[in-house]
Amino acid sequence: MGLLSVAALDVRYGQFRAVRGVSLDIARGEVVALIGANGAGKTTFLRAVAGAVPVAGGTVRLDGRDVTDLPAQARVAAGLALVPEGRKLFADMTVEENLALGATVGRAGDWTMERVFATFPNLVKRRHARCGHLSGGEQQATAIGRALMSNPDVLILDEVSLGLSPLVVDQVYASLEGLMASGATIVLVEQALARAMAVASRAVCMLEGEIVLDKPMADTSREEITAAHFGLGRSKGARA
Amino acid sequence: MIGQIIQAVLLGGYYALTAAGLTFMLQVMRVINLAHGSLSIAFAYAVYTLAFRYHINPFLGLLMVLPVAAAVGWALQRLLLERAARGGELLPILSTFGLAIVLDNVMFQIFGANAKGLAQFLGDLSFAAYELPGKLYVGKLPVWILAAAVCVLGGLHLMLTRTGLGRRIRATAMDPVTAGLVGVDARQSAAIAAAIAMMMVAMSGVALGFRTVFDAYAGGPQLLFAFEATIIGGARSLWGVFVGAMVLAFAQTGAAMLHPQAFLLGGHVMFLVVLFARLALGQGSLGTRLRQVVRGA
Repeated sequence: MGLLSVAALDVRYGQFRAVRGVSLDIARGEVVALIGANGAGKTTFLRAVAGAVPVAGGTVRLDGRDVTDLPAQARVAAGLALVPEGRKLFADMTVEENLALGATVGRAGDWTMERVFATFPNLVKRRHARCGHLSGGEQQATAIGRALMSNPDVLILDEVSLGLSPLVVDQVYASLEGLMASGATIVLVEQALARAMAVASRAVCMLEGEIVLDKPMADTSREEITAAHFGLGRSKGARA
Repeated sequence: MIGQIIQAVLLGGYYALTAAGLTFMLQVMRVINLAHGSLSIAFAYAVYTLAFRYHINPFLGLLMVLPVAAAVGWALQRLLLERAARGGELLPILSTFGLAIVLDNVMFQIFGANAKGLAQFLGDLSFAAYELPGKLYVGKLPVWILAAAVCVLGGLHLMLTRTGLGRRIRATAMDPVTAGLVGVDARQSAAIAAAIAMMMVAMSGVALGFRTVFDAYAGGPQLLFAFEATIIGGARSLWGVFVGAMVLAFAQTGAAMLHPQAFLLGGHVMFLVVLFARLALGQGSLGTRLRQVVRGA
């Protein structure tokens, strides 16, 4: 069993099943790209894994431990951190205060505030600025730094490039490179397929709340992922 | 004239103390605690009982009641507001309304209709005064209450901005779900905030007992004053509350100078003027403006 193991996860919004029986097993050191159209259930799935959305069925295990019934903060303490879509910084607080909040659970590890500032040098002079006044790139760096402050075993990055200019996205990924090279376990949602294929070792495609493709990046192709993204293969299968 | 101004400032100190608890609950739990006044009267009765039955000095009595108030706040959040919140946004407010009615009538049952005060247990202090140049006398108790309000608001401000607990409470107030994702126990932070708010409520109840007399149904007006000060102050920061409390006190005192019976009216008019000015000058739809008035955000 992997470091993060999700089995038959169901998430419902009323009558609507946003996530339908998703199972996913992620080994230590894997970088997994979660790919899918808007509304495919990626964000809901990740938020359910992180404990921000209640699940209707299934289990989430972290390092073999069942965390399905634990609240979000207990999952952070168990080693799971989510950088939420839209960054969700505490806008009235300074960069430093946001980072300090990330260390609330007090997990041991080598991420400290100084290391975050060394990783994201663009934050150094914004240290005491309120997050609401930061640029998009600075906000994203703060959000990632805040998640890293909990010294997670698994880091989930939901749409880190959303709303950022291509140049800034390059910067964000450049600062993540060291982290990925260090053997961190990462799940990321990325709309730019080329970038997702470049950084991830495994591709997982979601469509209408289900996983329709799950392969090592080396064994798949841009065409196969695109087909899964739009559900082309599936409709062909249905017709056959 | 100077005497009136000083009286208004001192009255504002009391309003700041009573509004602080209401604002804190509003900011962190997003609940207008309609039992605010009734709870403050309940704590005043508790201190009264300690003084009347067991001859305990009211200041010492307040120290004894504060931990009880903290426990009441914690229980209020965990057992009532948190559960009610699952039933929708309106339910917590309705629950506090119900709680206020229950409290008022239980207190009437126990303590009857006679007004009680705490000043009688203070001996000379109840009428002791500082003499200012120009033959102005200022009651010691109101001055102490103002000082207490400044200390409580200042201390709370420092706690919120400088400590880890304060950061966690602020994070919970801004976005409880994201607070959880960051590792903050939002339920615990909210319960601690409610405990702190209730200690302020207890202090304001005792302050009322020092200033004047109260009966079982005195909670309503206290809630009204606290609410008016909160809204006038912008419901955003604790210092805004302080300003709002002063504005309310000056409006009441000023109106009372025009006509002795216009005291309350002056405060209400000021409240309505500020409320409608905010609604008229705000941006967005009427609903957004209303939300801005109440939540300050």
